[in-house]
Amino acid sequence: MTAQAPAAVITPDTFDFYNVRSLLTEDERQIQDAVARFVDEKVIPVIGHAFDEHRFPKELIPEIASLGLLGCNIEGYDCAGLNHVSYGLICQELERGDSGVRSFVSVQGSLCMYPILTYGNEEQRQRWLPGMARGELIGCFGLTEPDGGSDPGTMKTHAVKKGGDWVINGAKMWITNGTIADVAIVWAMTDDGVRGFLVEKDMAGYTSRDILRKMSLRASITSELFFDNVRVPEANLLPNVRGLKGPLGCLTQARYGITWGGIGAAIACFREALEWAKVRVVFKRPLSHTQTIQRRLADMSRRITTAQLLSLQLGRMKDEGRMHHAQVLMAKWNNVRIALDIARDARDILGAAGISIETHSIRHMLNLESVITYEGTETIHELIVGSQLCGTQAF
Amino acid sequence: MKILSLVKYVPESTAAIKVKADGSAIDPAGVKFVMTPFCEFAVEAALQFKEKNAAANAEITAMTLGPAAAVDVLRTAFAMGADHGVHLSDPLFEGLDDLGVARVLAAAMKDQKFDVIFAGKHAIDYDRGQVGPALAELLGLPHVGAVTSIEWGADFKTATARRRIEGAEEVVEVQLPCLFSIDKGYVEPRYPSLPGLMKAKKKPVDAKNAAALGLSAAELSGDNWTTKMDGFTPPPPRPPGRKLEGEPEQMAKELVRILREEEKLI
Repeated sequence: MTAQAPAAVITPDTFDFYNVRSLLTEDERQIQDAVARFVDEKVIPVIGHAFDEHRFPKELIPEIASLGLLGCNIEGYDCAGLNHVSYGLICQELERGDSGVRSFVSVQGSLCMYPILTYGNEEQRQRWLPGMARGELIGCFGLTEPDGGSDPGTMKTHAVKKGGDWVINGAKMWITNGTIADVAIVWAMTDDGVRGFLVEKDMAGYTSRDILRKMSLRASITSELFFDNVRVPEANLLPNVRGLKGPLGCLTQARYGITWGGIGAAIACFREALEWAKVRVVFKRPLSHTQTIQRRLADMSRRITTAQLLSLQLGRMKDEGRMHHAQVLMAKWNNVRIALDIARDARDILGAAGISIETHSIRHMLNLESVITYEGTETIHELIVGSQLCGTQAF
Repeated sequence: MKILSLVKYVPESTAAIKVKADGSAIDPAGVKFVMTPFCEFAVEAALQFKEKNAAANAEITAMTLGPAAAVDVLRTAFAMGADHGVHLSDPLFEGLDDLGVARVLAAAMKDQKFDVIFAGKHAIDYDRGQVGPALAELLGLPHVGAVTSIEWGADFKTATARRRIEGAEEVVEVQLPCLFSIDKGYVEPRYPSLPGLMKAKKKPVDAKNAAALGLSAAELSGDNWTTKMDGFTPPPPRPPGRKLEGEPEQMAKELVRILREEEKLI
């Protein structure tokens, strides 16, 4: 190794300090820019108000679909066929807007279209995937129950074969998109272990209602699903998977996207805190001229940079087919944790202004309380990484 | 029917523009270039015409004049749904004034006739809005400017366009072929789809230089320019503000005095 005189003055980008973008392909950069523009023009202007009104901005669905964001990493079936890094960048940009909008896309693509593609038969794929890619059919994913989420093996929802049909009884809770879904991917216990079913919105005995008065993900629909002797034909059983590896395989896909989403939320908060610190004068100088604030902003940048590198390497491994689910969990654990910490710190730097819905950090902060809980809590992620290292499951 | 959308490659509206040290041009380094938003209207207008009038069997060409990198705006047009792209590029085109650009565009249309040409009302770089009308003039076509709606006549032989004028709306009937420059409000441009962006890279672009258009260096030389860009200077820095200090009553009195006696605003 030799030291060389620098060819030109290098100035790191404030929001991409290690120039991680240079590791992306031209296609990937173009995809990120296209989605960033959509988020800047269509999501950010309306999202604070939607959050305030506790309303999912459904009017965004047609444009999200026509951009090609739904099931974008699926090949065929009118899906965009992008690689996993591109899917990650899409999640990052959407969550820079709001975790609720990113959740909508995650659930539709990773939790609903993915199992239909992977565990379904050709007839099921043809019936559902093209309409879901066009945003004309919405899906939801029912795994968590009122009595627990981290321990899905003890689920109470069950399905019994009667005649040619399955009869499902039980309830699911904390289900994104529940009341607007045309199809629910429902995981139920059977004599043969956990199986997945496509429960359609008009099936008798299937009802849903929204969980209202949330303090988090207010611009997203969160629902309860109820199954009272719902008869589901054999044709709606996902034939190609048995056991918990079915739903857990879907969660790996969604968690992968969330690792990128965390970066987006973190960048939104960091940007807001930095811009504020430069203009807010306290004790006759801008906040950004003080050591305390500079250290806090530098720490945000450090954490965002590590998260960016983590997700990109994860995405490259996923694209090469050599990604382990514990690696996804480490990245979700790290990236959502840094995002939540940055959001809280940004809110604090904003002072009193930081409690207003006019600022973004508090909205991201509240949303991230859900993101750090759903699709595997931070604790579960730590324990799975721990079990991978120690060879013993401690839960 | 053959439809043309003119598209221009310009610095993004939020870009921080720096002038080159010699004042000859703006410094493109680090500046993101995009399709002028008004040209997005021109592309969208063409796409909607095609989608809503299947009987017209429309084929859409996007055309740009600009440096090598300007091919990006044709890619954007492809990703939105344009069928063909023409890139007019030559070092001889650098610095051409609006009439010069219109002459090159007209030369490109010598062998290729279009039934409808859509342009943006103006580009967001120099804001002059002259290329559209100048091109119509050179081609001998009717031009309707700053159009906010169009109704197509039977068999697409005529069209009725509306444009906003001071305190009223003007309704103009034209014979096709014609050129419309489109204002904000007629159409809402779509976002290019991600699969569209990927496919756009593989679509062939018809690149033409001055020789291919039969234009000589002499014809394009500065001697034939009707206007010439003399130089660029950055806007002067904003003068520093003035801060009044003291008790509110004193400051209010002082403020009124300044506004009345120094600034003569009240």
